[in-house]
Amino acid sequence: MNIMKLSAAALVASVAFAGAAAARDQVQVAGSSTVLPYAKIVAETFGETFPDFKTPIVESGGSGAGLKEFCKGVGEATIDIANSSRPINKSEIEACKAAGVADVQEIRIGYDGIVFAVDSSNGDVKVEPKDLYKALAAEVVVDGKLVANPYKNWSEINPTLPKGPIAAYIPGTKHGTREVFEEKIMAHGCKDAGAQDVIKAAITDAKQATAKCVAVRKDGVAVDIDGDYTETLARISANKTGLGVFGLAFYENNADKLKVATVNGIVPSTETISSGKYPVSRPLFFYVKKAHLGVIPGLKEYVEYFISDDMVGPEGPLAEYGLVAAPDDQREQVRKDFAAGKTM
Amino acid sequence: MTDVVSPVSGIPKTKAGRRDIGIKRRYAAERRFRAYGVAALSFGIIFLMLLLWSVVSKGYTAFQQTMITIPIEFSEQTIDPQNERAANPQKLMTANYPVVARNALAKTLGVSVDDRVKIRAVGQLLSDGVRTQLRDMVVANPAIIGTTQNVALLAAGDIDSAFKGQINLSVAEGNRKISDQQVTWMNQLAESGVLAKHFNTGIFVNGASSRPEAAGVGVALIGSFYMMLIVLVLSLPIGVAASIYLEEFAPKNKFTDLIEVNINNLAAVPSIVYGLLGLAVFINFMGLPRSASLVGGLVLTLMTLPTIIIATRAALKAVPPSIRAAALGLGASKMQTIFHHVLPLAMPGILTGTIIGLAHALGETAPLLLIGMVAFVANYPATPLDPSTALPVQIYMWANEAERAFVERTSGAIIILLLFLIVMNVGAILLRRRFERRW
Repeated sequence: MNIMKLSAAALVASVAFAGAAAARDQVQVAGSSTVLPYAKIVAETFGETFPDFKTPIVESGGSGAGLKEFCKGVGEATIDIANSSRPINKSEIEACKAAGVADVQEIRIGYDGIVFAVDSSNGDVKVEPKDLYKALAAEVVVDGKLVANPYKNWSEINPTLPKGPIAAYIPGTKHGTREVFEEKIMAHGCKDAGAQDVIKAAITDAKQATAKCVAVRKDGVAVDIDGDYTETLARISANKTGLGVFGLAFYENNADKLKVATVNGIVPSTETISSGKYPVSRPLFFYVKKAHLGVIPGLKEYVEYFISDDMVGPEGPLAEYGLVAAPDDQREQVRKDFAAGKTM
Repeated sequence: MTDVVSPVSGIPKTKAGRRDIGIKRRYAAERRFRAYGVAALSFGIIFLMLLLWSVVSKGYTAFQQTMITIPIEFSEQTIDPQNERAANPQKLMTANYPVVARNALAKTLGVSVDDRVKIRAVGQLLSDGVRTQLRDMVVANPAIIGTTQNVALLAAGDIDSAFKGQINLSVAEGNRKISDQQVTWMNQLAESGVLAKHFNTGIFVNGASSRPEAAGVGVALIGSFYMMLIVLVLSLPIGVAASIYLEEFAPKNKFTDLIEVNINNLAAVPSIVYGLLGLAVFINFMGLPRSASLVGGLVLTLMTLPTIIIATRAALKAVPPSIRAAALGLGASKMQTIFHHVLPLAMPGILTGTIIGLAHALGETAPLLLIGMVAFVANYPATPLDPSTALPVQIYMWANEAERAFVERTSGAIIILLLFLIVMNVGAILLRRRFERRW
């Protein structure tokens, strides 16, 4: 009996080594969980539209993890595309270069709106960056002095906010969304609330002053959510006075359970975001290894299909799901740059 | 009990002349202990029931799928207007099938094809998956072009959720994915029996999909099956051989003690560590493909080995020394003693340990994250070298989806996984019952 099993084991091992030599015939993508739903839609329709190619594999795991995998090197054992909800940063570009990934093509697929929402049992909510800053900053200015955030109830900040104690569920620091939240809400709110001048007067180093401006309170009122939006939704359903941060697409799919807040009086929608009226949005990207184009079957076709108007256009399935399409000239530019082989 | 208590000197006598041997106190202590036991057990059962109730009540609807059965006219006009399919078979692949389905549904609903706004809303009642469904029908049998067939089409995910009552239709129209008009159509179709719930075979056979109505655990089941096969084939012989050597042949010294401590430690190492190891060794060093169930199987083998070794050693230890002594006394060699007498008697314990190890491996996601198996995989894997995913991974990925229809599917997939675990654990109990020997 044991001999039989050992030979089966040997068989498995031999299959393993034979397979290592076989060519990869499937595009491999990894990265941001924000881009994942869009990449999945494209991958699925790509597989259906081009029967000659297999459906690409799309891994989830976060922008940072995806770019790390992407920058491991060139060759079949490495992934072809990294999805990212933020631009690639300098240290990642250097890591790529060091591993031999010299030519990287950046592709901007569109924009993602970030919305603030409360449970649907609440009234209409209108917020401004200033309000969120006051509710969530670690230190605020009272009578011209920086003090630890004293606010306990939403009513102390803005009467349209839910009645009850302040509770906010914001993306954890590993999410790209957190950066956008800090940059577009906390930094602006800091300025509008007049805290920036006080902080600048106290701290001369510009970097430290900005960090102080965007620091979120850590007394349990603002909760970092390291999971996905489904977790934030569950928290809001459990705490009716809580305010959560969501992606526009997620909100649109769950609009019967949530009430979205206007920011500066603007209702978030694909229209207000693409026109630039709604202030909290960010571009989404993916990065392609130029050395893999033409080597991995279907990679070039997948990228071309992704950036065609059938997919990223304002009438395409990605916009249907919640992606904010880039303006016409930007989409055209992306297609031109990819065709010309423009690298970073 | 009382009659067997023998008189013990030194215990003070009570007034009545009988010695107080604390019977009442001891009985009370026993009753209390039993109550604690019952309380602990009911605590566990309550939580198990809560878990099962929450999973089953949310998930049972996933095994039904809303379908729209309508006569579809495979009109040559729409599919192949220039009649070029003989010269160019590709034409049948790229034809505009969604329009065929949409127009058929519009006809059933009495909506004019020229009403652009309404016709769009009609199209949204149907899943985007109808494109491949109708295409596969036509490609398999081009003769149906020009005929009218009754076809059961998948309803869109939002319609499916609304029909099952999972979308709150009392909120304002703008706050939900389906419009009042679409709800009216849905009710109209349901009344005439065109739209109805059918058993959802798709959830068992389909691969991953971004459309909830077309998503299934098929690829994940195959991936999990491959991985379990690899784990069984590799870890059982290696684990049994290692434990027989350690238990029966190896000298007892500091070195084997060290090995034993390490094996026990490995059994408690967080599983993500095995994923890191798998990434470094199997993918980066040996160059095995990412996302392949082979790599997943190898990683889970490493994770399961300590469990199997510990179970096997315990099973071998439990075989009475008299069996070994008798065999050796009758002139059997050590090898014969072990393989003819000890191992068969230890088999139930070994198999139980193996199945529990496998069940543990079946439910594991963390080590698969790093080797690229937490991924969207739509194509069936032909061999263990092809990309695939696993059942618990599919649950995790569905749990993070935004669409309402994925909520029930997540619980549905949990029910499927639980069924597999129950089958495996019942198997372990039956094996033990069947082969167990008592001395």
